[in-house]
Amino acid sequence: MSEHIVSPKVYFAIFAALMIGTTLTVWAAFQNFGKFNIVIALSIATVKATLVVLYFMHARYSPKRTQLVIVCSVFWLAIMLALTLTDYDTRSHEMQPGVSRLDRPAAPYSFTA
Amino acid sequence: MHRTGDLYEQFQTLEQQKETATLGMWVFLVTEVLFFGGMFLAYTINRSAFSTAFGIGSNTLDIKLGAGNTVVLIMSSLTMAMAVWSAQVGKKQLVSIFLIATLGLGTVFLGVKAVEYKQKFDHHLVPGHGFDMTYHPTHPMPGDDPKELALEKKEVEEALAHDPDINFHGQLYFSLYFGMTGLHALHMIIGAGLLVWLIKGSFAGRFTPQYNTPVEIVGLYWHFVDIVWIFLFPLLYLIDRHR
Repeated sequence: MSEHIVSPKVYFAIFAALMIGTTLTVWAAFQNFGKFNIVIALSIATVKATLVVLYFMHARYSPKRTQLVIVCSVFWLAIMLALTLTDYDTRSHEMQPGVSRLDRPAAPYSFTA
Repeated sequence: MHRTGDLYEQFQTLEQQKETATLGMWVFLVTEVLFFGGMFLAYTINRSAFSTAFGIGSNTLDIKLGAGNTVVLIMSSLTMAMAVWSAQVGKKQLVSIFLIATLGLGTVFLGVKAVEYKQKFDHHLVPGHGFDMTYHPTHPMPGDDPKELALEKKEVEEALAHDPDINFHGQLYFSLYFGMTGLHALHMIIGAGLLVWLIKGSFAGRFTPQYNTPVEIVGLYWHFVDIVWIFLFPLLYLIDRHR
């Protein structure tokens, strides 16, 4: 069989990287980076997830068609997130930041552009 | 279905059989990505609308338990990967040892989760009739840090001034918290069941360098569940920690 066997050395290196990533996320959460706190947290999480997919899940050594399926999942997720969020972002409706439920207009579903 | 040894008749080689099984598992994992993706989407929309309530809700979670559980889960991913390696190089005894370690770490994770859920019930932070974010700061439990509690009290009061409906919007945060971590825990329980099945197989010496597809496939599932937690941890536990 010609399958690629990932050596324990690589697994332990990835494990160490994931531990560093976890420490970094917790540390970054206690710093005030303003709007960038969430960007930093998600970037670290994405790097960690990518390491898990590439090495623990052997995606790096998988056949091309398996890699295509993996890329597709990210692509379809991006479509779902992007189209839904653009819809929410471009409407002005009852979900306004910091607006009290009691202060909202009487007709809750009247969308005002 | 007819098979010769471990090879089913529709495949030419064991390698082709394994590649097919792996591809099938990945297709299932794509559906899982979109399934959890929907929950992350609901989370994103509600968090952007009710950021105060989400921040205050997040700060009530125990960061030590959350971070500790993250370490436990990543360790279980390592032992799972090592179980796959042991099967690939034909170390039958190590396969069993690493699978048992993975199951053990998974169980620890679920145990800690249960402790966290219990705390939320005690603190009246479960969505529904008794939900009250002002309850815990005014009703100290044994073992609470008074300094921490005073801080929480101040935070809830400030939040109330900013968002008088904090108890409505806080329930959104905790609904998502229980929904997302609950579904994640359900996946862990299913994974633990699969591990028990694998451990049985490994005791029977079923997994060899030629045939270890079940270990590999369950491994993929287990790592996927790990990835979901890698995103859940910062999104649920680490909102507004710096304030």
